Amino acid sequence: MEAMAQPKYKGKRYRLDKPELLAPAGNLEKLKFAVHYGADAVYIGGQKYGLRSNADNFSFEEMKEGVEFAKKYGAKVFVATNIYAHNEDVEGIESYLRSLEEAGIAAIIAADPAIIEVAKRAAPKLEVHLSTQQSTLNWQAVKFWKDEGLPRVVLGRETSIEEIAMIKEHVDIEIEAFIHGAMCSSFSGRCVLSNHFTDRDSNRGGCCQSCRWKYDLFEDGREDNGNWVSEEVQMMEQRASRPSPFKPGVTQIPLFQPEDNQFTMGSKDLCMLEHIPDLIEVGIDSFKIEGRMKSIHYVATVVNVYRQAIDSYMADPEHYVLKPEWIEEINKAANRPLNTGFFYDTPDHEDHIYEPEEKAVPYDFAGLVMAYDKHSGTAVIQQRNHFKPGDEIEFFGPEGTFFKQVVGPIQDEDGNELNAARHPLQLIRLQVDQPVRNFDMMRKRKG
Amino acid sequence: MSIKPELLAAAGSLEDAAAYLEAGADALLVGEDRFGMRLPGSLTLNDIRQVVQHAHGRGSKVYVSLNNLMTNDLLPELPAYVKALGEIGVDAVEFNDPSVLTAVKELAPQIKLHWNAEMTATNYSTSNYWGSKGASRVILARELNMDEVTDMKPLLQVEAQVQVHGMTNIYHSKRRLVNSYMSQQGRPVNEGSLDKERGLFLIEAERQDEKYPIYEDVNGTHIMSSEDICILEDLHLLMAAGLDSFKVETLLKPRQYNKLVISIYRKAIDLYTADPSSYAFQEDWMDEIRAIQDPERELSFGFFYKEQVY
Repeated sequence: MEAMAQPKYKGKRYRLDKPELLAPAGNLEKLKFAVHYGADAVYIGGQKYGLRSNADNFSFEEMKEGVEFAKKYGAKVFVATNIYAHNEDVEGIESYLRSLEEAGIAAIIAADPAIIEVAKRAAPKLEVHLSTQQSTLNWQAVKFWKDEGLPRVVLGRETSIEEIAMIKEHVDIEIEAFIHGAMCSSFSGRCVLSNHFTDRDSNRGGCCQSCRWKYDLFEDGREDNGNWVSEEVQMMEQRASRPSPFKPGVTQIPLFQPEDNQFTMGSKDLCMLEHIPDLIEVGIDSFKIEGRMKSIHYVATVVNVYRQAIDSYMADPEHYVLKPEWIEEINKAANRPLNTGFFYDTPDHEDHIYEPEEKAVPYDFAGLVMAYDKHSGTAVIQQRNHFKPGDEIEFFGPEGTFFKQVVGPIQDEDGNELNAARHPLQLIRLQVDQPVRNFDMMRKRKG
Repeated sequence: MSIKPELLAAAGSLEDAAAYLEAGADALLVGEDRFGMRLPGSLTLNDIRQVVQHAHGRGSKVYVSLNNLMTNDLLPELPAYVKALGEIGVDAVEFNDPSVLTAVKELAPQIKLHWNAEMTATNYSTSNYWGSKGASRVILARELNMDEVTDMKPLLQVEAQVQVHGMTNIYHSKRRLVNSYMSQQGRPVNEGSLDKERGLFLIEAERQDEKYPIYEDVNGTHIMSSEDICILEDLHLLMAAGLDSFKVETLLKPRQYNKLVISIYRKAIDLYTADPSSYAFQEDWMDEIRAIQDPERELSFGFFYKEQVY
């Protein structure tokens, strides 16, 4: 084992249990892509009790179809019922959970005992996974939930890899941890900024991401023998004798210069791709990707990369190598700069986004492969974004198939030559340099 | 006579404790930063012992806050602390984490348990769940409205506490956000200078009149509301609904202010309890509070009459 890279946490255990790769699916199409690209399980939202009230959430019929689709791949479907319920929400819980059970859902992800207890009683075939919204950070709390009959706990995002190791040592329970995606910078559930700023209830799905807004930081002065003083002024005096900013009528002073970036709570996004061996060896049972609001392109790209990394490690842990192309791929779907959250250290100034955010992902999902004719080397592509002859494009698919080419002549279904693919969902014929498969995706650099 | 609700205030020092009992508090909330969150001051076990002696001597109660989100490294410290609180004879502890519930039931079962999950204590069913696990009281989220609070009361198998005055926490992170901000500015930070005594606050571009206090301590970064809740005008509605305990949040307020506020709520509770049918809110109570209210902090009903969507 000496050949292995030294893990960054102490007391590692070498183990070979394959973790579950758990992916978000904002709708039925995303579910299919997540599963096809290698997710062992997906989590979705239904019409009620979920924390993404703006997502196009699943109907029971769609859930059934999703479960049937996933079953063909041996994958499971979980439903997030992770709100903190109010009185008015309590009555409908039982019938909702029974419907989930009937739809073949494998588990719910819940934080509120008002939902957990009903599930245990009224829908016993549903597993209950404790949501990260409970901010569970210690092994005794994990043990409490195990004793309550829960087979799995999703830990708070503040848990370090050493703390996870200790939890796994003390309690025999499945541990799920977020490994990729956007993060609340607060303890999950411990933020009502949206309630205060916009009258939207964050713990029932109304979060408007006020933590990513920009703020100005000030300090109140205090009167001391007729003079206004503050810590800032005292520190200024220690550095150089400068006039006090407390002019007559001024009782508070800014803690920033006009050219400074503003204060924000906004965090970089989590990415643990470079630390897959640590995550597997510490015994995390389920690797969770965040993002029910994210695009198909995002879900397929991220799932694809983690699938390859996990499989590669499990196949031969001693000779596992992190491939540079995985990191390149992840970056093509990244919405924000990436970091490792709390896994190795408490985030500091390098882990927050003070600069103006470049929201745009550098790549567009340009088309979806519907069919391929190996004799002619032609693919039928469903248009998902504008492309035209001469564009440089990339094809990628499950198991990391990947190639680049330039778009040659393109035709519509009736064989008419086109100078651009302009219409959403239009079927386009295109000569491809290498074989492609249905569900492969075509992306194009923006701009 | 109707059942008299309790008036509770958080005390950050022995002086606070004496002053707030004198002003009319029936119960005090105290604690240590390690285990309790957003306390007006951190008290040692010795301090707590003195507060308990003083309070019990007057027939008042003392509760200790252990509502932190516990981490593995706090767990070994918990048993000795809980045992000590049992020996001191505190009346209740506030908990959120199940590890605290378990420790108190095992090591000091005579101490009552108050479930305090801050903004996530939002329904009767969950409150009763924690009741079935041993809690005798729920501390309701400040984000509930008046109807939710009063409708909930008859459905509860535990006592219910609501905050009637003062600021509320609106964001809690384990991250050191002010320190991080200053570091990226290249600004020197004195250790410990970002605490609640410093007077730091945030302003958002479109809300120039709203000052949101922000501070850091051992438990991370805390952002507080820009307004102070004041339910005084409608306190009789909560009393009529039979709510069991009213809390005055004293955090980030001068002792003189808190004393006055407690004394006025004392008057209102006593007057109502003596004869609910003849009770009338008195405008001069509000005038007294307004006279010493920070002019930059609005007194409001919080979420009691706000419609929230999601």
